[in-house]
Amino acid sequence: MDLRFTPEEIAFREEVRRFFREALPESIRRKMVDGRHLDKADIVAWQRILNARGWAVPDWPVEWGGTGWTPVQRYIFQEEMQQAPAPQPLGFGVNMVGPVIIAFGSEAQKRHYLPRIRNIDDWWCQGFSEPGSGSDLASLKTRAERVGDHYLVNGQKTWTTLAQHADMIFCLVRTNPRVKKQEGISFLLIDMKSPGITVRPIVTMDGGAEVNEVFFDDVEVPAENLVGEEGKGWDYAKFLLGHERTGIARVGVSKQRIRRLKELAALEPAGGGRRMIDDRRFREKIAAIEVELKALEMTQLRVVSAERQGRSKKPDPASSILKLKGSEIQQAVSELLMEVVGPYAMPYQPDEEGWNEPPIGADYAGPLAPTYFNWRKISIYGGSNEIQRNIVAKAILGL
Amino acid sequence: MDFDLTEEQRLLRDAVERLVAEEYDFDKRKAYAQEPAGFSPARWAQYAELGLLGLPFPEALGGVGGTPVETMLVMEAFGRGLVLEPYLATVVLGGGLLLLGGSAAQQQEMVPEIARGRLRLAFAFGERQARYDLADVATTATAAAGGGFVLSGAKGVVLHGDSADRLIVTARTAGGPREREGISLFLVDAQAAGVTVRGYPTVDGLRAAEIAFREVRLGPEALLGPRDHGLDLAERAIDLGIAAVAAEAVGAMSALHELTIDYLKTRKQFGVAIGSFQALQHRAVDMFVALEQARSMSYLATMMAEAEDALQRRRMLSAAKVQIGRSARFLGQQAIQLHGGVGMTMEYKAGHYFKRLAMIDTLFGDADHHLALVAESGGLIDAA
Ligand SMILES: Cc1cc2nc3c(=O)[nH]c(=O)nc-3n(C[C@H](O)[C@H](O)[C@H](O)COP(=O)(O)OP(=O)(O)OC[C@H]3O[C@@H](n4cnc5c(N)ncnc54)[C@H](O)[C@@H]3O)c2cc1C
Repeated sequence: MDLRFTPEEIAFREEVRRFFREALPESIRRKMVDGRHLDKADIVAWQRILNARGWAVPDWPVEWGGTGWTPVQRYIFQEEMQQAPAPQPLGFGVNMVGPVIIAFGSEAQKRHYLPRIRNIDDWWCQGFSEPGSGSDLASLKTRAERVGDHYLVNGQKTWTTLAQHADMIFCLVRTNPRVKKQEGISFLLIDMKSPGITVRPIVTMDGGAEVNEVFFDDVEVPAENLVGEEGKGWDYAKFLLGHERTGIARVGVSKQRIRRLKELAALEPAGGGRRMIDDRRFREKIAAIEVELKALEMTQLRVVSAERQGRSKKPDPASSILKLKGSEIQQAVSELLMEVVGPYAMPYQPDEEGWNEPPIGADYAGPLAPTYFNWRKISIYGGSNEIQRNIVAKAILGL
Repeated sequence: MDFDLTEEQRLLRDAVERLVAEEYDFDKRKAYAQEPAGFSPARWAQYAELGLLGLPFPEALGGVGGTPVETMLVMEAFGRGLVLEPYLATVVLGGGLLLLGGSAAQQQEMVPEIARGRLRLAFAFGERQARYDLADVATTATAAAGGGFVLSGAKGVVLHGDSADRLIVTARTAGGPREREGISLFLVDAQAAGVTVRGYPTVDGLRAAEIAFREVRLGPEALLGPRDHGLDLAERAIDLGIAAVAAEAVGAMSALHELTIDYLKTRKQFGVAIGSFQALQHRAVDMFVALEQARSMSYLATMMAEAEDALQRRRMLSAAKVQIGRSARFLGQQAIQLHGGVGMTMEYKAGHYFKRLAMIDTLFGDADHHLALVAESGGLIDAA
């Protein structure tokens, strides 16, 4: 047992840190710190900077642009990126469809899509959930019928994050309604410009426009856009959902938000001439989260270390623990970030390009309550916290 | 000991609940929010007609002579409907201040006008540096020749401050910036020279304002209540406000809980209603317990809101605010969670309850603030 990083790992961390310091555009960093909305151009620009440095897809095999880093290096990179704070490369491409194509796609798919994912030439979105199929994803109804050299797709996806920007969507579709529900599902790559696709925005309660409904009306999809085998889509989806392990807890994000919280607590008046940071109770509330976060960080390091020993190559249920605790901590920090400004959580201040009114209260107050509202999603998406508990109960505890 | 309502109170409750059910469905509320004032003048007029705007006022002043119990019934129904009109600002706080501290002349001039729906008030007590500390008042009112005052300073997050005809403003007439003594209350015309009102929507769809006073000239009749000793008056009004929002929160929580239970019964996953999962049943029960604890404290707040013993009153009102804040946080978050993606959307009512409940915690001091007050006052139970 040894907690310390090796000298090489420390040198690596320095290198990564320096890169983030120098390469991350200030305008993007500022938006990240302030918790403001990033637009498509920001995300594309940053991922291209990473790609130019060769760091857009560290986890991928080297032949497809991966870095060949050890699990510890990958962990350090993730952590530093979250703390910079820099946006993550677009997960739908880099962490989801990319690894699926690498593992199960055809040579042609790999050659065509993988470089474009790395450089975010294609913006990908994830078409899994449907109105009737959320936690019970395997019940999905969107139908794909093989007709000659293409599939004809009909149905609806929902909650599709940032579909409004997307060039491509990867979908779970039902190709065979006559077999057991998990066995009739296939994994299709669909061009968002195909005739018959309609995208309708869903406004979230914070006023954000990040999710959409996507409708498919006789959409023709070339048969070569099938990934792997027909009827194996469910296995690929399980592979995809369990793939990302270390990033899922977002420990670096929570650290960065706590840093921000303390910065604001030092500025924010508490009445009676004091600041919020002078308030012992408030400091204890922060400290309580810091303790939980430290424990989670250690848990995450144990997972990373096990991975290094090669003990678990497959997605393991420990990722459910990381997701559960990580989401609770992020949400708890977002609560304190709202509480710290007291009554100034109330004014609604649009987070829009071209909004030039002077701020109401401090200039940092605007996004805090909306972010608290919005971050309730973290315990819902990607397998809700209830589903994660079911997984742990079954797979770890054998209940 | 009697928690039952009188016949009249039951009738009032039924009438307001019917009004909310008929005139305040989700779509209508959305339309009201789009009106220039951010609420519905038509509903306001209807409240006046039904006597709601005169509810807590004596009959001699055009009111109905209700007690805090009647206010509670109205606020609870309003909470269910997420009502947008400035009832809290005008009737509870503004009317409360006039009744508690106004001269006979002030009462006769203004209270009947409130009851008729022709006068709206807002209570401007918060300041940027004060957070939730009512005594932290930097706004000043200096004595001017002829017995009048000159008011200067700024007030923040004034509930419905942008639709009020008159503002009731806490200002320092003596003492240091954070002393309890030396605070006085003033009635200020919102149109007076030197008053700037910047109104805005709040994240829960209501309205508030930042208000600046630059050398606003006030006559001697502008003083409301005792000079230099206005803080007690402000606190009594705030306690009425706490009791009112406690009831509003209970209304919002019970509606949100019902919505969630309905959803658990109708939403199907894995071939069954999700309400058949025991994990969710237990969560729904915990939410229900939180709701009933909050309801009990809302009753306590209502019964203590006008208590003579200030120490006892303030402790109990703070205790109620703590419970309301905690119950609302838990119940609101779980309601969203149990709805899954649907709960996150603007198009669905749950999120609006959730946001309103979150903001009620910031009104008149959040749960932490009031917990500290309870602890500092020695708690609710004396040591053995
Ligand atoms: C902001 C946001 C972004 C999203 N982005 C995407 C995206 O890009 N692509 C995509 O495909 N999907 C996306 N989703 C969808 C997300 O994955 C689903 O919302 C999630 O799977 C839950 O499904 P549901 O919303 O249908 O809720 P339901 O499955 O109906 O769940 C409702 C409640 O029941 C609980 N529940 C369900 N089953 C059980 C059980 N067996 N035991 C105990 N409790 C249970 C749930 O935990 C939840 O609390 C997004 C969702 C959100 C909110």
